[in-house]
Amino acid sequence: MPEQPDFAAHWSLHPSVSLRDESFGAMAYHHGNRRLVFLKSPLLVDVVRQLDDFESADVALEALVADEQRAAVRRALETLTSSDIVRVG
Amino acid sequence: MSVNHSLRDRFESGLAAPICLTWEVTYACNLACRHCLSSSGVRDPRELTTDEAKAFLDEVAAMQIFYINIGGGEPTIRRDFFELVEYGLSRGIGIKFSTNGSRITPEVAQRLAGNDYLDVQISLDGADAATNDALRGEGSYDTAIRAMENLRDAGMKGFKISVVVTRHNVGQIDQLLALADSMNAELRLTRLRPSGRGVDVWDELRLSAADNRALYHWLMAHPTVLTGDSFFHLSALGDPLAGINLCGAGRVVCLIDPVGDVYACPFVIHEQFLAGSILDGGFGHVWRDSELFRSLREPGSPGACASCGSYDACRGGCMAAKFFTGLELSDPDPECVFGHGETALAQRVSVGPRPSPDHSKRVTITSR
Ligand code: SF4
Ligand code: SF4
Repeated sequence: MPEQPDFAAHWSLHPSVSLRDESFGAMAYHHGNRRLVFLKSPLLVDVVRQLDDFESADVALEALVADEQRAAVRRALETLTSSDIVRVG
Repeated sequence: MSVNHSLRDRFESGLAAPICLTWEVTYACNLACRHCLSSSGVRDPRELTTDEAKAFLDEVAAMQIFYINIGGGEPTIRRDFFELVEYGLSRGIGIKFSTNGSRITPEVAQRLAGNDYLDVQISLDGADAATNDALRGEGSYDTAIRAMENLRDAGMKGFKISVVVTRHNVGQIDQLLALADSMNAELRLTRLRPSGRGVDVWDELRLSAADNRALYHWLMAHPTVLTGDSFFHLSALGDPLAGINLCGAGRVVCLIDPVGDVYACPFVIHEQFLAGSILDGGFGHVWRDSELFRSLREPGSPGACASCGSYDACRGGCMAAKFFTGLELSDPDPECVFGHGETALAQRVSVGPRPSPDHSKRVTITSR
């Protein structure tokens, strides 16, 4: 199992990633590893776009996501770190 | 990438922009491959000017299309080819271009290597010169291998070696994979379709049912081999192959041809699948509003496949393969793994339509 990413660190969208809005959320493309990833909710897209503005992923989640959705968005973010769409630290 | 159902439904109803946009920049080619999907050979006098081509790239960037596939003809024959590539890259567009390798000198390879946004695909249709050259012409194997060596020696990693699988090379796929490994490249296998000049050789070159079954299992065992999603009709044999597993024509796929005409997919260059022209209000307009694309995005009916338990995996297969073999679009794929395509082929009333336009050189010199 990969290690849990550090939610207390500063997170950001990888600079080689482009995002495009779609009706279901957005598509993300990483020009470095050439992965195409689907972000399947507008809320998740919102969070991903704004990560950089917060001192940590936890703070971003707290500010942007309602309690009952936080666990799901957290899991989705975690998978985005494994494809390097989102950078930790 | 495998895709869940609700997402696939979204794909069926179309996206804000294509995922897989192919732009063929010229019909001119120095080779005359027997199975050329675009019947290329001679330049069309109406091909886009440099300014028109750049305006198109501006629109691609504005639509946030992440990357495009450039092909031809032989794209590097265009005098402004590298200018257009540089222009696209400067707009943040990822570019992969397909070439027969004839212009990939050591100097060009140096220029190409080391840019994350740039990828190269060398076409090769056999693991030895005899197999390859029978299809692509005398000397084309050596040319392609030299191009690969130049790219490897320039330090380019992960470029693609793209093979159209035929009954003559299907027995060589392990060798082709070893070749790709030795070049620090990735192997890409695609399906032979009866498109372009392929319509004349499809019967002679296509895989047998047994070949198709073996290929399916090989692909399942080699998930790093790329397929451009082209074998999804084989997913009816069991677990689905990686990919979107539906015909993406006009939904996630489209083609811009050298004169700026927009077709539903690179394999359906025919007026019936012509959606419009980028010179007529821009590409975005065609993508969003063309009647053809709108109709392709309607939920399809399973037609003759309705009673098939594997319809969900195969979706009736490839529209181009049906169209150019004279089947109805509601028929099973001509290579339906359960043989229903063969039955449909036997019952068809006429042979398929001819691809048009045809830019083949008038005298095609084949090496046999
Ligand atoms: S009957 Fe149709 S859906 Fe079923 S495997 Fe054949 S082509 Fe695919
Ligand atoms: S027509 Fe065939 S090649 Fe074209 S997108 Fe559909 S399945 Fe793919």
